[in-house]
Amino acid sequence: MERENTLLVVESLQTQFFTYGGVVKALDGISFEILNGEIFGLVGESGCGKSVTAASIIGLVQKPGKIISGKVLLEGEDLLQKSDREMNRIRGSRISIISQDPTSALNPLFKIGYQVSEPMIYHQGMKKKQAWKGAAKMLHQMGIPDSSGKARNYPHELSGGMRQRALIAMALSCSPSLLIADEPTTNLDVTIERQILNLVRELQQNFGTSVLWITHDMAVIAEMCDRVAVMYAGNIVELADVRSIFKNPKHPYTVRLLKAIPLSEVSGKELDEIPGAVPRLINPPSGCRFHPRCQEAMTVCKEDKPEGVDLASGHMVACHLYS
Amino acid sequence: MPVIIGVLILIFFIAYVIPADPARAWAGPRARPDQVEALRERYHLNDPLYLQIYYYLKNLFLHFDLGISATTHRPVLNDLKAFFPATFELAFFAFLLAVIIGVPLGVISALKRNKLIDHFSRVISLVGVSTPLFWSALLLQFLLYFKLGWLPAFGRLSVEIHRFTGFILLDSVLNRNWVAFTDGFKRLILPSVTLAFYTMGYLVRITRGSMLEVLESEYVTMAKAKGLPERIIYYRHALKNAIIPPITVLGINFGWLLAGTVLLETIFAWPGMGRYAAGSIIQVDLPAIVGYTMVVALVMIISNLIVDIAYSIIDPRVRVGGKLQ
Amino acid sequence: MKSPPFIMLSSRYRILKKRLHPLTKEFGLTLYVLRKSLLAMIGASIVFIFIFIAIFGSLISPYDPNEIDISFRFYAPTREHPLGTDKLGRDVFSRILCGARYSIRAGLVVLAIAVPAGIVLGGIAGLLGGWIDEVIMRITDVFLSFPPLILAMAFSAALGPSLFNAMMALSLVWWPLYTRLVRGQALAVRETLYVEAAISKGASRWTLIFRHILPNCLSPILVTFTLDMGWVITAAAALSFLGFGAQPPLSEWGRMVTDGRIYLFQAWWVSMFPGLAIALTVLGFNLLGDGIRDALDPKLRRITEVKWKEKIRF
Repeated sequence: MERENTLLVVESLQTQFFTYGGVVKALDGISFEILNGEIFGLVGESGCGKSVTAASIIGLVQKPGKIISGKVLLEGEDLLQKSDREMNRIRGSRISIISQDPTSALNPLFKIGYQVSEPMIYHQGMKKKQAWKGAAKMLHQMGIPDSSGKARNYPHELSGGMRQRALIAMALSCSPSLLIADEPTTNLDVTIERQILNLVRELQQNFGTSVLWITHDMAVIAEMCDRVAVMYAGNIVELADVRSIFKNPKHPYTVRLLKAIPLSEVSGKELDEIPGAVPRLINPPSGCRFHPRCQEAMTVCKEDKPEGVDLASGHMVACHLYS
Repeated sequence: MPVIIGVLILIFFIAYVIPADPARAWAGPRARPDQVEALRERYHLNDPLYLQIYYYLKNLFLHFDLGISATTHRPVLNDLKAFFPATFELAFFAFLLAVIIGVPLGVISALKRNKLIDHFSRVISLVGVSTPLFWSALLLQFLLYFKLGWLPAFGRLSVEIHRFTGFILLDSVLNRNWVAFTDGFKRLILPSVTLAFYTMGYLVRITRGSMLEVLESEYVTMAKAKGLPERIIYYRHALKNAIIPPITVLGINFGWLLAGTVLLETIFAWPGMGRYAAGSIIQVDLPAIVGYTMVVALVMIISNLIVDIAYSIIDPRVRVGGKLQ
Repeated sequence: MKSPPFIMLSSRYRILKKRLHPLTKEFGLTLYVLRKSLLAMIGASIVFIFIFIAIFGSLISPYDPNEIDISFRFYAPTREHPLGTDKLGRDVFSRILCGARYSIRAGLVVLAIAVPAGIVLGGIAGLLGGWIDEVIMRITDVFLSFPPLILAMAFSAALGPSLFNAMMALSLVWWPLYTRLVRGQALAVRETLYVEAAISKGASRWTLIFRHILPNCLSPILVTFTLDMGWVITAAAALSFLGFGAQPPLSEWGRMVTDGRIYLFQAWWVSMFPGLAIALTVLGFNLLGDGIRDALDPKLRRITEVKWKEKIRF
């Protein structure tokens, strides 16, 4: 289903890791689309494959991992077919990524201004001086005061929040069409997280960039995203716009996930846990990977993997309850 | 700074305190009793300990008096001054060789992990690190000089030139004596290569290990995610970080080189401080040894200082007075 | 019906086994990883041969190492004298075999002094901190600012020429290394949450040291110890080579090299073979030390643990 304003199409993406202990089937054929100018959320517990998805899209799957099959179409072009050199040109200029830990993502030996200006120099052919000015401007747009002064600083001289802003500046410096944000606020404290969220929203509107926002925090999803995909154990189990997900969750996992959010109003209520643990993906459960922990599991759930079913207005569920 | 004081105290300990009878030890086994007495007087060895320390420091800093050699009966300082350039030339060359070959080899070895060049350099570094210096020197001397006759193995220079600085290569250039230059250079090869072997092996290992670690780091992944050209990722982002441990180790390595000169100069008849020191040990010439040790300590302190400066140039986190938020 | 003491004994045994089980499991895994590495096994075999020769050298040597027979001077390697004879007609091979014990003695003595001293001093410095730490660290720095060989030379000169003095000198040179090592470990462990938790439970200082710090230190100390055996042997040989350390007619390997040096071009075997012995021994310790270091490396262990678990389950 391709519409005119579709930016990214991921089709049946399968990524596996060939380790000494066995083959880890990290991504089990996931499919979704991201439209132009939207903030798309990808939510799930740790280990469900969110970061692997990000790595697969941008082509940086670490050994011993390999993308087995599927398609990743960026504005129609299949990224998985591209050579390393072509991917290099796309990374940083058309697709950018920001990660969890801004401290380790920045090279401690180089000034911030230089690191932000690097994509501009190598992708847009700017001269150093020009790029530096551009970098200072980006930093200013990120809300960093005294941006030309700060540009001359080293990462260790900046606070955590500022480092994350610098990282975002680095990612947006060449105005990419897609920004992948892999849990960028997980390590920040709440006040700073709030600032960053506001910042990204603002930037997204100004630049028109699409954002793939990866997180395990449903509250952030509620705040930021237009549409959301819920991932479990390498599969997308539900996909819908944000309101529908929160108002009308269909998949049993989504339901439990929403119940597990601590709500400030209902204090004193016991936190609803999901029994069991996330399965190890070397030997994933047969059929629907959630069936061992699902309250509504039926016999068919153990045998067949449920296909995604489209319910009304773009709400997709992969569960035998609905097929 | 306190280390320097500690060093001086330690040397004092070795020279004055440890020997049962310092005056006798300084005079050497062949000294006559009146010579021993003269020494005792001159260096106040009869006085209480704190006075001895006072005179020791005074002699050192005011007169640069490192004692009188028991064998040559000349001031140790003069002897060392005469032999210093030879050792320095040798050590410096060996150092250069080790760094120029060792570090790039380590880097390439890490980048092309498990390929042929990696195995090759790991073998070389293992061999370099394991073979005792005096043995490999003898081995090379035997093979390359005796059996194959490719390179000279004894002495520093066979031609006469006027010594301006004491550094043969420099002096032969100043003398415009091309023959001397090539001769000096040829004679430098064997000793410096042997000396460099160990250090080179060590540097390869450290550089390789450090580079491998850096290649796993988050900022290298980020550099890849920015789509930067490969050479920028590896040779700017990765390398600059990876080179820090080798640099911090360079200071110690230079010290090992100096220690090696003691063995090597003896074997290759190289007229330097090392041979002087080796000879002094056999003659039990305590003042000479102590003086030599002091000079070595000084050189080590200077080289460590240089390393510290280099380190702070490369790594901004280390610099004093940096702004921290 | 069993008598009560017997029941208590067997339950104590079970508790002990439970406590030891994780340790033995770790140990078994270490051995397995070690066995898997070819280089480490080569190193281990060399080290074993070395130890064997050191202990039994005089029993298996074909000739008396000190037997002088001038008529057999400078024989090149032949079948009767596989490594040749030296200037006094002594069989080089026998001398090498009997010389191993001096090297191993040097290594063991030096490290037996340096390691415990280092552990004690480093532990005190790391745990107690404050001015004790400062003082110990300064002293360590002073010692470490000399190249080891040169400092050993100076000590040897002051003490007088003999193998014993050389070993003393080397011990004095070596202890700072272990002090620094252990102090680093103690500092790191001190910061961990384990220790904080233990302290808050009111654990005594001894418990802290033995239960928490020592196990962590064990691995780097073991690795350094193995590698250092090689270095100390080389250093002792170097001192002997210079004329300090072992005096003739001891067949210490370094001494043999220097004795034969003058005749290098006529009778190379007199110097070369003892030197080769040193080189091989050091190589062995290096390979073994590297192997142990790799075996204790957590990443490698995790990967190999899977294979090992399969193996012990048959």
